[in-house]
Amino acid sequence: MRDVFRGFGAVFYKEALHVRRDAGTLFFSLTMPLLQLFLLGFGVDTNIRQINTVVYNADGRRESRELIDRLKNSDMFHIFRYVENDYDLNDAIVSGKARVGVKIPVEYSDRLIHGMSAQVLVLIDGSDSSVAGQAINVTTSIGLDESLRRVLADRSEFAVDMRPKLLFNPDSRSPNFFLPGLTAIMLLNVTTFLTAFSIVREKERGTLEQLFVTPVRPFGLLLGKLLPYLGIGFFELCLILFFMRFVFQVPIHGSLLLLFVLSLPYLFAALSLGILISSKANSQAEAMQLAFLPILPSVFFSGYIFPRETMPAIFKPISYLIPATYFINITRGVILRGAGIRHLWTDGLALCVIGSVLLVIAARRFRNKVIMA
Amino acid sequence: MTTAENANHGEAAIVAEHLVRRFGQVTAVNDVSFRVERGEIFGFLGPNGSGKTTVIKMLTGLLPLSAGAAHVEGVDVRVDSEAVREKIGYMSQNFSLYYDLTVAENLQFYGRIYGLDPARLKRRMEEIVAINGLGPYLNRLSAQLSGGWKQRLALGCAMLHEPKLLFLDEPTAGIDPVARRQLWDLLFELSGHGITFFVTTHYMDEAERCSHVAYIYYGKIIADGTPDSLRQLPDVQPHGTIRVEITTTSEVTRALRLVRKIAAIRSATIFGQSIHALADEHFDLDELRRQLLKEGIGVAEIRPLAPSLEDVFVELTYKNQALEEARRA
Repeated sequence: MRDVFRGFGAVFYKEALHVRRDAGTLFFSLTMPLLQLFLLGFGVDTNIRQINTVVYNADGRRESRELIDRLKNSDMFHIFRYVENDYDLNDAIVSGKARVGVKIPVEYSDRLIHGMSAQVLVLIDGSDSSVAGQAINVTTSIGLDESLRRVLADRSEFAVDMRPKLLFNPDSRSPNFFLPGLTAIMLLNVTTFLTAFSIVREKERGTLEQLFVTPVRPFGLLLGKLLPYLGIGFFELCLILFFMRFVFQVPIHGSLLLLFVLSLPYLFAALSLGILISSKANSQAEAMQLAFLPILPSVFFSGYIFPRETMPAIFKPISYLIPATYFINITRGVILRGAGIRHLWTDGLALCVIGSVLLVIAARRFRNKVIMA
Repeated sequence: MTTAENANHGEAAIVAEHLVRRFGQVTAVNDVSFRVERGEIFGFLGPNGSGKTTVIKMLTGLLPLSAGAAHVEGVDVRVDSEAVREKIGYMSQNFSLYYDLTVAENLQFYGRIYGLDPARLKRRMEEIVAINGLGPYLNRLSAQLSGGWKQRLALGCAMLHEPKLLFLDEPTAGIDPVARRQLWDLLFELSGHGITFFVTTHYMDEAERCSHVAYIYYGKIIADGTPDSLRQLPDVQPHGTIRVEITTTSEVTRALRLVRKIAAIRSATIFGQSIHALADEHFDLDELRRQLLKEGIGVAEIRPLAPSLEDVFVELTYKNQALEEARRA
């Protein structure tokens, strides 16, 4: 019996026993991602509403009250206080109680009535850029709207009528945006961790050294050790997709089968990363620290949170080296955009290439640093 | 290679010829040759970092040889290391067991690794259990076994596939004396059945029990032979000298200072309440006894002594260090 996969069955069975014995680790590694899923799914809403706003209405007549009603009706501003002077207006923002302060000057109504331009001061706390950006947009458009209404008076149609239509995520729901990306991050996380741990544990225990002097073939050993974790990663994917679909109501527009197929090269890359980590780490604690390393770039440079288009030029090449970049495009593509293999095969190919390169590097390092050391 | 040489390799369990292993600029194993016959208990000794593990890795096919040749159980390790690994068993000092698996599961795992079919695995497990007495513990997690039992289980795992040659890397490090004694009894019994053992150890009493020992010192073998033949080496027991043990009843350290002043005593070391001394052959032992008594030191016994293996290794190490210094100078 001399096949290259020699020992696979024995190692696979043993690894499955480890997983079963160590139910704690399995439970932990399966529920941690779900916990994150729930935190992000329920807790994070990037759609900005009801910004705390303070108003100093020095005018107080009908026109100024109408403007305040418009601000209120936009759903963007929550006017929680009215103040009577500039100092209090300023103070509310400095103290952080209000993000936005609106001052309507005393001559506001007069100027409007006489057909002159009336200025309204809007102070915006710039320390949170996304809040500030939205506040600027909404106040500007309210101003524009108000002006047009006065200029057009009786005409009800605009000359140019822009009608933006949001595809794929019409309600701008945050879960739709976050959860497909989170799937990619979590899958990487769990798979890398478990693989690195399972190998480093044998390194610590000395059993790896023992296996090397048996007739087990490297392929049999690796495959036997990795396949159970590939299975767990796959199960994790199903679990996340289930909760995403039925708890957070994120519709899946594309083919689930395609998503599953394309997740294989991604899991393969994650497993290779795990082997790479295990060739470096000598203890489980060390493996834990190292396994965190790929997480940060995967979160920040993959387009998961920050769009890759706005990335500084030096980071852009990095994003191409990160497996999560491709898999996030795949999950968002299949789940949100209903993309098919025609659109996503390049991402799948990139994952295969990255996975293979990682595996070759990992196998070499493993040979030199672990077996021959 | 001639047919005669081939047959030669076939007879011995291990034939190592001029093994060299370099790591970059460092030569970890430098021209090491030795031969281990079938059924021997071969003790491989040396300080930590002297190249013991490297030699084992070369013989088991884990490390390619930089130069030289090695045949293990008649197989050239350079040609077919996998075949070598099929024929040998290996037990490391940390026993290499899966602690979260039961005793039976550990045995089954290693059995499957070596490709034993279910019937043979079952038979071998019964045989192993009969030898090492693990029967009552089969369903216990191996983490719960004591050190001695872990070691027996590890040995059992290494023997499942009926290897004719077993490498034991410090098999008795950290286990209690009773378990240590029992392991050696077991090794003798198995070697009686024709199994060869390659054992590394730091315990001199274990070295004394080996049928063949070699001592490696910084990558070079400086002693190789049966314990008795090593004791008679001229470097250890120079011509015209005798080795004596002087057992005192008191003040052994003051006695040592006195003994070392005597011209006919070449060297002296304390062992417990006694002094081991290397003296000129015609040294008058009664005169020594009188001198010590005069100084108020009671002498219980003075008797001739064969050098211990420790003496052998100490003498040979000194000699090698001297040679090394001379070479550098």
